[in-house]
Amino acid sequence: MNRRRRPRGRAPWVLLPFAGLGVAFVALPLVALLQRTPWSDLGDLLGDPVVTDALRLSIVSAFAATGISLLVGVPLAWVLARTTFPGRSLVRGLVTLPMVLPPVVGGAALLFAFGRRGLLGQPIYDGTGFLLPFSLWGVIAANTFVAMPFLVITVESGLRSADQRYEEAAATLGASRWTIFRRITVPHALPALLAGAVLCWARALGEFGATVTFAGNLQGRTQTMPLAVFLALESDRDAAIALSLVLVVVSLAVLIPLRDRWLR
Amino acid sequence: MRRLVAMVAMGAAMLALVACGDDTAADDASATAAGDSSAIAGAGPARGGSITVFAAASLTDAFAEVAEAFEAANPGLSVELNFASSSALREQILEGAPADVFASANESNMAQLVDAGEVDTSEVFVTNSLQIVVPAGNPAGVTGLDDLADDELLIGLCAEEVPCGDFGRQALAAAGVTPAPDTNEPDVRALLTKVEAGELDAGLVYVSDVVSAGDGVEGIDLPDEFNVVATYPIGTVTSTGDADAATAFVEFVLSDEGQAILLEYGFGQP
Repeated sequence: MNRRRRPRGRAPWVLLPFAGLGVAFVALPLVALLQRTPWSDLGDLLGDPVVTDALRLSIVSAFAATGISLLVGVPLAWVLARTTFPGRSLVRGLVTLPMVLPPVVGGAALLFAFGRRGLLGQPIYDGTGFLLPFSLWGVIAANTFVAMPFLVITVESGLRSADQRYEEAAATLGASRWTIFRRITVPHALPALLAGAVLCWARALGEFGATVTFAGNLQGRTQTMPLAVFLALESDRDAAIALSLVLVVVSLAVLIPLRDRWLR
Repeated sequence: MRRLVAMVAMGAAMLALVACGDDTAADDASATAAGDSSAIAGAGPARGGSITVFAAASLTDAFAEVAEAFEAANPGLSVELNFASSSALREQILEGAPADVFASANESNMAQLVDAGEVDTSEVFVTNSLQIVVPAGNPAGVTGLDDLADDELLIGLCAEEVPCGDFGRQALAAAGVTPAPDTNEPDVRALLTKVEAGELDAGLVYVSDVVSAGDGVEGIDLPDEFNVVATYPIGTVTSTGDADAATAFVEFVLSDEGQAILLEYGFGQP
């Protein structure tokens, strides 16, 4: 990491209005949310078991999905960035598909694949009785499906732009491929890895469509914050706003320090 | 460092892309009334012989045919339909969504719009009762409400925040059954889809939903003394740009022709 101080560039004037517009576009809805927040009831709402259950499930499933994405996504990104094989562009397109697929459709596809009447789900269910939908595993699966592409793409582009001469040098000095990957490739790609993990986590935390379609909605088992917010909106708008605020605060608490440290 | 900035910018752009993806999903969902209801699909301003009807998810198939018959009877008038849960539609209308007609699956959502001055008057146009829905062939051998308390079965209800969930719980309470749901679906169509796919053993939905799902599912009647009859009110939205067309649609729904279509879909006459 090159932390040598550079003279801070002054932005060309023409960029500023656009940058300002960008900030305002994101900030204004947030301000509107704050303005409608029922501050006096906030304490009661936050102690509500519905909220604490949903928050716990959201955080657990977002971290689990990020962990699985790291485990599977980093090797996948390496293969996509450093090797050539027939059909690579097809694989690359396939990997990014969940980003453009409507999440509800993704959830239905997961159900047809892993449900108890699903392509793979049926033999697993018949053999072991294990069922992904309607469980926390289902929530994690839905989150991983939707969020992993963010990690794969970020890490892949990080690996692609990394200087490969260090790896070559290590290889001429006799380091094994695994040692090179561990000692050179990963440390060099660390910023991209963390950026990808953060994007993946953030996407998983807000996941709604695939989760509700694949894992269903049950308080304490599969009801994450976005689901709780959606249902609260049906009956009690104040509660929905308070819940959204919790989600915003939790995500900012994670994103702001990380962003300052790693995502510059 | 610059690369990182570029990378994060790219990531952010992708987040935005996915946000768009979510919108598409919502559009799809309200078009098929499968779930997400944050979108106002195809709800253009009501001008030039086009009206937008916001209708409860359980009316999806029936209103599609009603709208077709209405358009056939009124050349030049076209009907845009937006289906979602009644409460989500109520919220959209309160936030100024361009609806001309609102058809709700329960009285309370309509009453809230009348109180807010968004709807002048409403009239009940159909009734709907509950049925237990099971996948075709009833693989779990469900026979009645008692089975919905069986922990061994995969049971789905509607969330209590939406009308079908509220009515369902009333019926279960009347029968003295404490249900053991594995999921509380955000709307009735989402529940029906999971039962039809065989992923749930049983659910509690409207008779009209069982009829519209066709051969994929079977319905089991509830004893009359426990059943809850939902009444569906319809009304024109006060801010409509075309009050005549909106009123014409409501009258068509209440007419013999409109009622005959609704009866075919399992609804009852008020």
